[in-house]
Parts: sequence; C-alpha cells; structure tokens
Amino acid sequence: MRAAALEALLTEKGLVSPEFIDSIVAAYVNDIGPMNGAKVVARAWVDREYRQRLLADGTAAIAELGFGGPEGEHMVVVENTPEVHNVVVCTLCSCYPWPVLGLPPNWYKSPPYRARMVREPRNVLAEMGLDLPESVRIQVWDSSAEIRYLVLPERPRGTDGMSQEELAALVTRDAMIGVARP
Amino acid sequence: MRGVDGVHDLGGMEDFGPVVVEPAEPVFHARWEGRVFGIGAILTVQGLASTNTVRHAIERMDPSHYLGSPYFEHWLTAFATLLVERGVLTREQLEARAKGPFALSRSSRAPRWSADEPAGPRFAVGDRVRVADEHRRGHTRCPRYVRGKQGVIDRCDGAFALPDADVHGEDAPLEPTYSVRFDAAELWGREAEPSAAVSVGLWQSYLAPA
Repeated sequence: MRAAALEALLTEKGLVSPEFIDSIVAAYVNDIGPMNGAKVVARAWVDREYRQRLLADGTAAIAELGFGGPEGEHMVVVENTPEVHNVVVCTLCSCYPWPVLGLPPNWYKSPPYRARMVREPRNVLAEMGLDLPESVRIQVWDSSAEIRYLVLPERPRGTDGMSQEELAALVTRDAMIGVARP
Repeated sequence: MRGVDGVHDLGGMEDFGPVVVEPAEPVFHARWEGRVFGIGAILTVQGLASTNTVRHAIERMDPSHYLGSPYFEHWLTAFATLLVERGVLTREQLEARAKGPFALSRSSRAPRWSADEPAGPRFAVGDRVRVADEHRRGHTRCPRYVRGKQGVIDRCDGAFALPDADVHGEDAPLEPTYSVRFDAAELWGREAEPSAAVSVGLWQSYLAPA
C-alpha cells in the first residue's frame, strides 16, 4: 500500500514511469544473477591466464565476459585454497556484487548473518552446512567501503573432463559468497 | 576519529540466533519489493537519492522499526524520507494516498562536515594501523567493532568520496581507501575463534599509524 502510494505520487509528478520500473525489475529477475558469476568461475577453472587476470583485476576480467554495472564497479576476486577459505559479509548494510550475483538473498541482509559472521565465522559456516577442517584459515571480508567481492571456489575433484558449461552448472551463489563449496 | 552507534552497525552483536535460509528464495518476495527497488534505481539516476544519503536515511529509522521490518521497507522508508526532506513530497500526501500512517526516518543529527584537504595515500601494504576510536553523530562507514583496534593494511584501493562528508551533498574529498586485516583475537579477545581474520574496507581518515 505504501509502496503503491509512493509510486503513484512519483508517477503523477513525472519522476518515475511504471514501465521503466517494470524493465528494471525484469532485468534483476531474469538476467542479472548468479549464473553470471558462475560463468566467471568456470572460465577461471579452465583458463589459467584468465584466472590470473581475474585475481589481478577483477573488474576488468569480469567485464571481458560482458558483466558490469551498479555495485560491480570495483570488484576484487578472492581465491579459496586448501589453506584459506574466504567468505563475504556486509555488517553495515547489504553490499553485494550485483552484476555477478544479482540481488542478495534475505539471509545475507539479515541481522544474524551480519552480526555473527565477523565474530564466529567457523560456527556460522558449520551451522549453514560448511564444516571446515581446523587446518583451514578463515578470511572474512566485510565490504564496508567501495570494493565488492566475489569468492573463487576451488574446482571440485573429479571434474577433469567437464566442459565450461558443465562446470558453471556446479557453481552456486552460496559458493561465490563463501558459505558453501561447489 | 568517527564511529557509529546506530542499530544498523551489527558486526559482533550477540543473540540474534541462527541464520535462517529460505530455500529457492525469489528475487522479490512480493510485487511491492520490486517496485521499491525500481523506484530506487530511478531516483538514483535523477540525483534525488544516492548511496550515502539512502544509507543514512535507513540508519535514521527508529531502531525497532529497522529491526522489525523487511529489507525493502528500509528502502521505502528512506526514499520517502529523502523526498519529504527535499520538498518533493509531503508526509500528508503520502499518508493520504496510503490511507494510513507512513513511517519516516528521524531527522538527521549529523553535524556539518569540515572536510580536510585532499591527501595522498599515507599507508602502504604491510603497514600497521589503528582505527580511530571516536563516537560521532551522523553517517560513517567505520564499523563499531573495529574502532580502536589494530590491523595491517592488506590492500590499497582507490580514492573515493568520504561518506561522512558526501552524505551532506558537499563536494566530498576523495580519500584513499584500504582493506585492513584484523586478527580475530584483536577484535574479540579470548573468545575469538582460532585461525580467523576479518578484513574491513576503511577510508584513510579513519586510520592512524599504529
């Protein structure tokens, strides 16, 4: 009711058009989502030079695949290894790399995740289904300034013969936030 | 130098319980959420809203409203607040059209910002820094849980408008930003989990040499 009231008043003033809102909604429902980030990850798994470019300048390497735009202007890609696991949070609000992951799920924006991920990441990851061995160091990234992060997960074992497309299908949104492994 | 004490500044707070994950969650849970998102994109292009003014308007929500409302209601409240504050709409118009109360954020108590002279980078990767420990009204991007803590510069990022000044619509100085890595034990003491670190993006004027 209140959203409709705001839209109606702004439409009458000529400040917004319902059709333009429709097109923005459609873009984020249909075209801008984690399937984009999955293509980036799969390419990095099969192409060593791309992976190096991605880690050196995330924004430029992601743009090579055609992805960019709001909340993706300054991308840093952080790589999981057998020794280090990366996970991303925004404690102050909801910063998230829209061009590669779309809009964030509710849990990412929720007080429990934002409060606890910086304080007890190992516990929170375990609760969310990711039990990391004690030998793995956890690196949390709080995106409080202008950088937006994408986690590059480790390529799963037993995927040697797979095509880039098949690999992309293994890459989940949660793996690229760092709360799961593919 | 500055820190926020707002309810939105959640890092490290206790007793929020488990993270609740909704399986197969849609991008928007109801039609109104998408409408609010679209309105926000348009207002941003028109210069009636910006990242920092919207964030600050959300931070000025009544704390119980902030914690008790769905995410896109934060955006709705912020846009309505900014449009009323800029004289584009009135609260009476909003309430008449909504046929009921339309909660807005509280007025800003942020003092005017006296910007420092633009400065080049003061720190390099590997430098030890301490985050200034100051309580200050208004918008900032220096989270409370790192205030007064020591860390190490782990990456130098570009220069960006200082949010504390940008929120006033002034010509905010561009300031170098850094990723600063804090050991879990520095942040949380004896209760810290072993083998963990948190890296936080911070503007230069939040930092001093350690």
